Amino acid sequence: MNKAESGAATEASSRREMTGAEMVVQALKDNGVEHIFGYPGGAVLPIYDELFQQEDIQHILVRHEQGAGHAAEGYARSTGKAGVMLVTSGPGATNAVTPLQDALMDSIPLVCISGQVPTTLIGSDAFQECDTVGITRPCTKHNWLVKDVNQLSAILHEAFHVATTGRPGPVVVDIPKDIQFSKGIYTPPQTAPRTSYHPQVQGDMEQVKAAIALMAHAKKPVIYSGGGVINAGPEASHLLRELVDLTGFPITSTLMGLGAYPASGKNWLGMLGMHGTYEANMAMHDCDVMLCIGARFDDRITGRLDAFSPNSRKIHIDIDPSSINKNVRVDVPIIGDAGRILEDLVRLWRASVKSDKEALKPWWTQIDIWRARDSLAYRPNDDIIMPQYAIQRLYELTKDRETYITTEVGQHQMWAAQHFGFDAPHHWMTSGGLGTMGYGLPAALGVQIAHPDALVIDIAGDASVQMTIQEMSAAVQHNAPIKIFILNNQYMGMVRQWQQLLHGNRLSHSYTEAMPDFVKLAEAYGCHGILCDKPSKLDDAIREMIAVDKPVIFDCRVAALANCFPMIPSGKAHNEMLLPDEATDEAVATAIDEEGRQLV
Amino acid sequence: MNAQLQPTGSAYFITKETEAARRHTLAILVDNEPGVLARVIGLFSGRGYNIDSLTVSETEHEKHLSRITIVTRGTGHVLEQIKHQLERIVPVHRVVDLSVVADELGHDRPMERELALVKVRGKGDDRVEALRLADAFRAQVIDANTEHFIFEITGRVSKIEQFISIMTPLGLVEVCRTGVAAMNRGPEGM
Repeated sequence: MNKAESGAATEASSRREMTGAEMVVQALKDNGVEHIFGYPGGAVLPIYDELFQQEDIQHILVRHEQGAGHAAEGYARSTGKAGVMLVTSGPGATNAVTPLQDALMDSIPLVCISGQVPTTLIGSDAFQECDTVGITRPCTKHNWLVKDVNQLSAILHEAFHVATTGRPGPVVVDIPKDIQFSKGIYTPPQTAPRTSYHPQVQGDMEQVKAAIALMAHAKKPVIYSGGGVINAGPEASHLLRELVDLTGFPITSTLMGLGAYPASGKNWLGMLGMHGTYEANMAMHDCDVMLCIGARFDDRITGRLDAFSPNSRKIHIDIDPSSINKNVRVDVPIIGDAGRILEDLVRLWRASVKSDKEALKPWWTQIDIWRARDSLAYRPNDDIIMPQYAIQRLYELTKDRETYITTEVGQHQMWAAQHFGFDAPHHWMTSGGLGTMGYGLPAALGVQIAHPDALVIDIAGDASVQMTIQEMSAAVQHNAPIKIFILNNQYMGMVRQWQQLLHGNRLSHSYTEAMPDFVKLAEAYGCHGILCDKPSKLDDAIREMIAVDKPVIFDCRVAALANCFPMIPSGKAHNEMLLPDEATDEAVATAIDEEGRQLV
Repeated sequence: MNAQLQPTGSAYFITKETEAARRHTLAILVDNEPGVLARVIGLFSGRGYNIDSLTVSETEHEKHLSRITIVTRGTGHVLEQIKHQLERIVPVHRVVDLSVVADELGHDRPMERELALVKVRGKGDDRVEALRLADAFRAQVIDANTEHFIFEITGRVSKIEQFISIMTPLGLVEVCRTGVAAMNRGPEGM
């Protein structure tokens, strides 16, 4: 058989007839999927039947579809691959909405396959029917309702392509039950994408040169990197580190970008933004050249827009043209993949710039003065565990292992970002844009499935964790020894902090009066429970948590009324931070003026 | 340094818009597939942009391409965002701000036309007057009996507005408008 014939034979064998449900499983395999997270129901039973009859793809049964979505997000963010979730029609699909929007805002590649009532019943208010593509249209990058089984395989391949390329994001493929049963021709993934979708990955060389020219003459530069660098893959983080070494520039990062540059690196300023460090925010405010890579000038980052970094020339690298000039006007926009453009920057800097790190000395001297302000300081306590101390101990006792951290949303999340040192990309999973309480526990499950031998810790709050605590049961079922480290202060801490700042300390419904016994809860799920309320016993308790080879709920009782500082209050600029040693009760109560109160 | 020491009034992400909003006509080329119009108009409502007029029809049958014409209102900054946000929609092929292109070509605005059907009911002098004015506006009578006319009128938006307003006292019953269709002058395509 000659080559052409064998090619034709492969083509013929790959274009074979099968049912829609078989196509789903085949398309998942052809797109390299090994794990999917889901929950069965009437409208996806044919797909579940196919899953039952194969062993290449492992299905992780969750307890709620939201858990499947966040688990798939954690899986995606820790591996760089698309996360896949499988849900039924109606409530299955509506429960997927929160993780879809979460993935949209944080640019996480997520493929959601949903069942739908048979095509003949669509529009009849059938049992468990909802307009899935209508509901998920604004919370996906794209979505499809499959009406012809012969288009199913092409749509599934396109779904993976759209989710993982350009600015990554969530997609939904809604498949009516009759399409899953009916037979059609399966086509393997093809390289020719649709004509209307072609994200730009290579940056414009003229713009890159303009950026280098600005950077070469900067006296007070700062690099502000974000989640886009993480999404661009490990090589992008490597190039970022190289660029920092070459230029000697200080670097800060958004919440989503932590780990791209190591927290132990000498040019690291810490996170910036509302709960960022004093040195990072002051450097942003006073810089003369800002190099923004894969970040989007979010309102948590910029503070008051009209006072944002007033004297700087701004370079903005982003793969999404709509991010350019959206919130902040920039001087040199470069559209493309962060990794590719970092490569250009590094190459061009080496070739054309004679690095003069001496010229940056006065800037670093100024930064060191800001650093000396020690904005993350807190008052240690021998009797009560301070939440910051708990994070620091957790970091010290886990830093020599392969450790992945997820979080819920609130004070604990900010403390984790501030006090846990992230030295590698893809090891930090948190809900940044949407701020989804309940993200961290299922995300940890997803990370653990992808990295079975790693230590995976969800740094949680007592309120957030109860939103998706049922997934402990999924963790037990799938032998995922995730560690849920709860900073338990009995309050919705961040809500309480804002009530103190904005509403005269009237703590309306932010105190959880009936807290479960987390140790007993752990035991009820078949996990291991640990309670610790003494700083002196914390290290041993953390060691015990690490040593136990099953899921653990760690109830870490911390100071109930601790606030998260430093902080840029609403309506304030980067150089108007509220620092911990200045945050007396009175300063806190009056930090935000009337107009700032209108904002969140 | 301390927030307390520097009380400032303004709030963040509400910045004063100094530039005046202007009317823009956008041409959007999309794959003609189910839901594509919902994606486009959902973007406008979801992000708080205005739609003054909307026209859509398949224009290239072999390629299944539809052309959507949207008249919107906003500052240059907002229009730039609208264009980029539209371009993020997967089945969108091209977005052209016809008003900006017209500016570049040195024209006042793109060529814009709208079609309207106008039903007028009346007897006696009003009926004669309606027919006389319709003739002056070059409107066609496409249906009539002894009590009514349906006029078909094509032209710029302002002409149609004017025609409708003068028909109002003469027994205007019903109006149906297509919305604006637009393209730029000269030999070049969009």
